[in-house]
Amino acid sequence: MFELLGIPPQALFGQVMLGLINGAFYAMLSLGLAVIFGLLNIINFAHGALYMMGAFVAWFLLQYLGLGYWWALVISPLAVGLLGAALERLLLKRIYGLDHLYGLLLTFGLALIIQGLFQNEFGSSGQPYAVPPALQGGHNLGFMFLPTYRAWVVGVSLTVCLVTWFVIERTKLGSYLRAATENPALVQAFGINVPRLITITYGFGVGLAALAGILAAPIYQVNPLMGADLIIVVFAVVVIGGMGSILGSILTGFGLGVMEGLTKVFYPEASNTVVFIIMVIVLLIRPAGLFGRAS
Amino acid sequence: MQHEIKEAKEMSGKLMLRAVAAVLVCWAGSASAQVQMSDDVIKIGVLNDRSGLYADLSGQGSVIAAQMAVEDFGAAAKGMKVEIISADHQNKPDVGSNVARQWLDVDKVDIIVDVPNSGVALAVNDIVREKNKVFLNSGAGTSDLTGKACSPNTVHWTYDTWALANGTGKAVVKTGGDTWFFIVADYAFGQALERDTSAVVLANGGKVLGSVRHPLNTPDFSSYLLQAQSSGSKIIGLANAGSDVTNAIKQAAEFGIVQGGQNLAGLLVFITDVHAIGLQAAQGLILTEAFYWDMNDGTRTWSKRFAERNGGKYPTMIHAGVYAGLLHYLKAVQAVKSDSDGAKVVAEMKQLPTQDALFGNGEVRADGRTIHDMFLFEVKKPADSKGPYDYYNLRATIPAAEAFRPLDQGNCPLVKKG
Repeated sequence: MFELLGIPPQALFGQVMLGLINGAFYAMLSLGLAVIFGLLNIINFAHGALYMMGAFVAWFLLQYLGLGYWWALVISPLAVGLLGAALERLLLKRIYGLDHLYGLLLTFGLALIIQGLFQNEFGSSGQPYAVPPALQGGHNLGFMFLPTYRAWVVGVSLTVCLVTWFVIERTKLGSYLRAATENPALVQAFGINVPRLITITYGFGVGLAALAGILAAPIYQVNPLMGADLIIVVFAVVVIGGMGSILGSILTGFGLGVMEGLTKVFYPEASNTVVFIIMVIVLLIRPAGLFGRAS
Repeated sequence: MQHEIKEAKEMSGKLMLRAVAAVLVCWAGSASAQVQMSDDVIKIGVLNDRSGLYADLSGQGSVIAAQMAVEDFGAAAKGMKVEIISADHQNKPDVGSNVARQWLDVDKVDIIVDVPNSGVALAVNDIVREKNKVFLNSGAGTSDLTGKACSPNTVHWTYDTWALANGTGKAVVKTGGDTWFFIVADYAFGQALERDTSAVVLANGGKVLGSVRHPLNTPDFSSYLLQAQSSGSKIIGLANAGSDVTNAIKQAAEFGIVQGGQNLAGLLVFITDVHAIGLQAAQGLILTEAFYWDMNDGTRTWSKRFAERNGGKYPTMIHAGVYAGLLHYLKAVQAVKSDSDGAKVVAEMKQLPTQDALFGNGEVRADGRTIHDMFLFEVKKPADSKGPYDYYNLRATIPAAEAFRPLDQGNCPLVKKG
């Protein structure tokens, strides 16, 4: 048997696997942020709060309507996506012409309001949400026990990330979107409804956050603070990946999940700082991020 | 449930009107000059986590408990004017210290109450001593507050890490759980709890195989649980609190830790945590508490009154400690007839025997430790519970004399070596 830095390889594989699972959440959230920033130029600080709302909608559905996980998986992203579209129409639309900072402040304020309302209503210790029966249990992989639900999370996340990337980079709809951000006036001249396109994009990015929220609900508590805890790390992921780079945010999300997982083995005390250390180093060497284009 | 939600809504409407440092004033009915107050008013500052992971187990509930104490003491009828203010320390020692200094220097606060988070509590402990006011701690766990950091201005009311270790730790080792691995919140509280529990495990013939320290407020415990799993220990001791402990317990179920033959020992689990985990995942958990609402008529009546004011949520032992501790403080102020000399009031609190409906009879020891019974509970099975908050079966009562660290073992400088 060989050992790497005093850790048996089995334990190491296990930790890499766990890192990928956490990375799946980072990837899905940073993907939504990257889509919104890349196409709308909005730094969406409300993303964490909307992720939390996604989980809460799932909990509401179960608590008041008796609708389980699978329904929530469909309804919750739609509901939160619609809310996002409404926010875009009512508020964000008014500040497109202004500096990035206005968007940041607006969405940050929204995040604080949403989070505060939920915390007042539901307290800070969270609501229980069970793993759906079909995904309970797990498999012994030899080097670790992999709960079925976590495998499901990685699967869903990878699929969603790849489909999103494909739609934006390789389809006609995606090319309209990208064109609309480069030159809205010209695209509009071709008869495409650009404001609606932008509303849909924001709604979609926010729906991704809600989807991540439902995936997280059975693992963590459904907790008003769950988004605030995560959003800072996710922003670091986006910055490291390169603001607005879709593929960059996916790869960085998974990569940083693994880095963080390994830190939890070698020096656990630093596990919530390591992402920011990496961010500092990346920014010093490549100010536009790993996958970003310098403007 | 719906009724509760409705109540919660009504409450939240009221809460929103208050700023973070809401000021509530209880006016004196008749201003007779029996008790001489500094600036004529006893000002109570409730300092705790109002927005983070410890907000449910302390937070606004502690302010409600403080209001109830002032009302039940009958301060107004006794001619004492009492004012309660509150603030959020955000679990940051620097923020907590700033609030404490502001309160004591500018706002003329006479007593700081609650202060969960041992890191903040140790900082406030020093400041209160320097200003000669009173620190009544209910929320923080570290046994250092009555050990090497003990102060003539501090009373530690509800529980501490030594008592938790002595309760849960001893019970678990005695029923065969003799090899331990700790998952520890990496700050003063977690470290003190790990230290005190390790000592109990070793003293009872057990072994500690290792530990891992995680940052406060960690969402994902799978990595730490896997490390605990590969240690092969019989018991995984959770030396953390609030949402850290609920996440760890929930994820341990997911990773099949208990089916794999290892057991969890939650060293500090509050009733709000059990409520959040749900009985399905929490059943069978053994925990140590100083207070449970369903113990006797006194605790039941008080807890129902509390829940009515707290949006249907029942009190934790921290809330109970704030209430009982403040009652005792007000009695001492009445006896001393002044609130200006903090050390003098605390000395009086140590003289007077403690007596209230929630903790029964007890005393405040020379090192500032309040002595009362502690209880070992087991979380009920879902089928045995009659509804929300009916969660515990009593396994054992740890008598006051055995529940806390013996006076001569804490290295508190206030205790004379005999």
